[in-house]
Amino acid sequence: MAVKIIKENCKGCSLCAKACPFDAITIVDKKAVVDEAKCTNCNTCVAKCHFGAIEAAPKAEAVDLSAYHDVWVFAEQRQGKIQNVALELIGEGKRLAKDISEKTQICAVLIGNNIGHLAQECFEYGAEKVYLCEDPLLENYTTDGYTKVFQQLIDEYKPEIVMYGATHIGRDLAPRIAGRCNTGLTADCTHLDIKVSKYIEFAKKNTTLDTSDLDPNDPDVGIKQTRPAFGGNLMATIICPRTRPQMSTVRPGVMQKLERVPGATGETVVVKPAVTKEDIRVEILDIVKSAKEMVSLSDAKIICSGGRGLGDASGFDLMKQFADKVGGVVGASRAAVDSGWIDHSHQVGQTGTTVKPDIYFACGISGAIQHLAGMQTSNCIVAINKDADAPIMEIADYAIVGDLYKVVPEIIAEWDNAEALFDASTK
Amino acid sequence: MAFKILVCAKQVPDTNVIKINPKTGTLIRDGVPSILNHDDNNALEEALKIKDKFDDVTVTVISMGPPQAADLLFECIAKGADEGYLVSDRAVGGSDTWATSNTLTAAIQKWEKVNGKADLIFAGRQAIDGDTAQVGPQIAEKLHLPQVTYVEEFEISEDKKEVTVKRQLEDGYELIKVKTPCMLTTIKELNTPRYMSMKGIFGDKKITVWNAKDIEVDLNTVGVKASPTNVFRSFTPAPKAPGQKVAGDTENDQAKNLLVALKGKHII
Repeated sequence: MAVKIIKENCKGCSLCAKACPFDAITIVDKKAVVDEAKCTNCNTCVAKCHFGAIEAAPKAEAVDLSAYHDVWVFAEQRQGKIQNVALELIGEGKRLAKDISEKTQICAVLIGNNIGHLAQECFEYGAEKVYLCEDPLLENYTTDGYTKVFQQLIDEYKPEIVMYGATHIGRDLAPRIAGRCNTGLTADCTHLDIKVSKYIEFAKKNTTLDTSDLDPNDPDVGIKQTRPAFGGNLMATIICPRTRPQMSTVRPGVMQKLERVPGATGETVVVKPAVTKEDIRVEILDIVKSAKEMVSLSDAKIICSGGRGLGDASGFDLMKQFADKVGGVVGASRAAVDSGWIDHSHQVGQTGTTVKPDIYFACGISGAIQHLAGMQTSNCIVAINKDADAPIMEIADYAIVGDLYKVVPEIIAEWDNAEALFDASTK
Repeated sequence: MAFKILVCAKQVPDTNVIKINPKTGTLIRDGVPSILNHDDNNALEEALKIKDKFDDVTVTVISMGPPQAADLLFECIAKGADEGYLVSDRAVGGSDTWATSNTLTAAIQKWEKVNGKADLIFAGRQAIDGDTAQVGPQIAEKLHLPQVTYVEEFEISEDKKEVTVKRQLEDGYELIKVKTPCMLTTIKELNTPRYMSMKGIFGDKKITVWNAKDIEVDLNTVGVKASPTNVFRSFTPAPKAPGQKVAGDTENDQAKNLLVALKGKHII
């Protein structure tokens, strides 16, 4: 299927060709021509045409998918600790389930060994049902073991939607299951919707998407999965209309956990996993937790950068301490380098190194445009500055107004407590 | 018999230089160079390192894409691969990951019919245009092979019957032993890819282009129409949301609140 050009209406203005994200439309003899192999039925062009010359691609014929119901979350646990993303997905999944219908349940899938007590945690964060699969062979995650058990569950209980955290385990498991169950999987979603009306609301608030061709009363309750592509330059909303379950992996930290309800209960379904030693073809020799190695500025996951606000060269001793603590490397603004406080090799910015770490700590850096050019695509920017109006504070994800010589030592002191602090804050 | 390594590779637009037309909100593709996907480059490098170490190892690169993706095979062979195969057919265009893995699986099986079973298959963890990390595991599933993803260290036994790898986790790694044949997906921490050699650039290139018929794939399982997922809409992201001021009466409170926020967002 592809969009259809109504030739009589087409003026050959080429607006559709320019709008097509997939280069599927060309203008031949002053008429738009659709390359069916390239067209993905995204219908972007339909809204762009001023002359009503494009007919939207027809929806795939309805198949009986009614055997599938409920929303499942893979309650990923490691060494008996449920991953935070799983609890976030239970929260998000509950919202989605109730948008499908009142009787659609949110269920958690717990796979492991001696993890029965984790079911309670799932209930307290909103799960209505827990599928519990325990076996010594499932003690640690293996692709083979977990895929087999998950397929067994899907075949037997037929979920409508399955969500996984986009972790190194979720991204290993989910595609394997999608391959085995021959269904669609959308990776690294950052936003999910069921109802068209809510999708329109989301699009209006957060995007430039023209939603005039969407009907808020559309009864469709298929999942609409929004994710970044092309390095975040483009967002795409993906649907899975013909196969079940509809499956997504979701990035950690983007969905909201529900408020924990101590003592909440639900139904536990104990499933005996049909997994044997022969099924598991890899041998895990060791699982190691390790500190990150030191890396260069451009590869660094965390950068602790200092600027003129450090006052003198000795400020970089604190930056070094900071970087050592967090497993990062030391960066610097041009002002600090020009003052001779630190070597040029540490300079971030237009004339220095362009960086894109997971976290960029800007300490005493005002944020000259040349500096911003070299670090503004960092995943998360934390600015610490006495001046609340410094330009860096505007682009920062987290701005701390204060004396860096007082704030940074506190961050260093509390760094190792982050997990405990977080757990305490969510209790 | 030779130890046969397959490398799955993809030609991708360099997403670092992609720009968005602010007026139309679409990708500007003109002048965007096509490159060998980064993770796939590491996959090729690891295969070539095995070829350097042992006699009687062959490295074959398999790709899918438009005809110009043959450039990628040229590059891989100039680095040291023995041969390259490109599946190029409009019938497989617009495939999602499920349909793409069907195509590549069929291509691998076609190759194996002539050359015998592959002993080791490498793929990059993910491509920089889609970032899905799904095609490698789905090929492994369809070939019934064990898989290890996120491989950051690799060692093969002298008899080449077993590999030991470090699989990267968010906070460490797993040390995993697996017998060959198997599928491994690689990340940049694994190695530093080599450059093309003069000899490689000017040497003979054994490049084969296959269409859907050549690989005998079921046409009901490939291309945009067979793909279980479809693009519903696409658009450009909204500008960066404004940040937040970290509250706290004391510096210690500020530090604590910051760390809780970073932990909550999985940034640390």
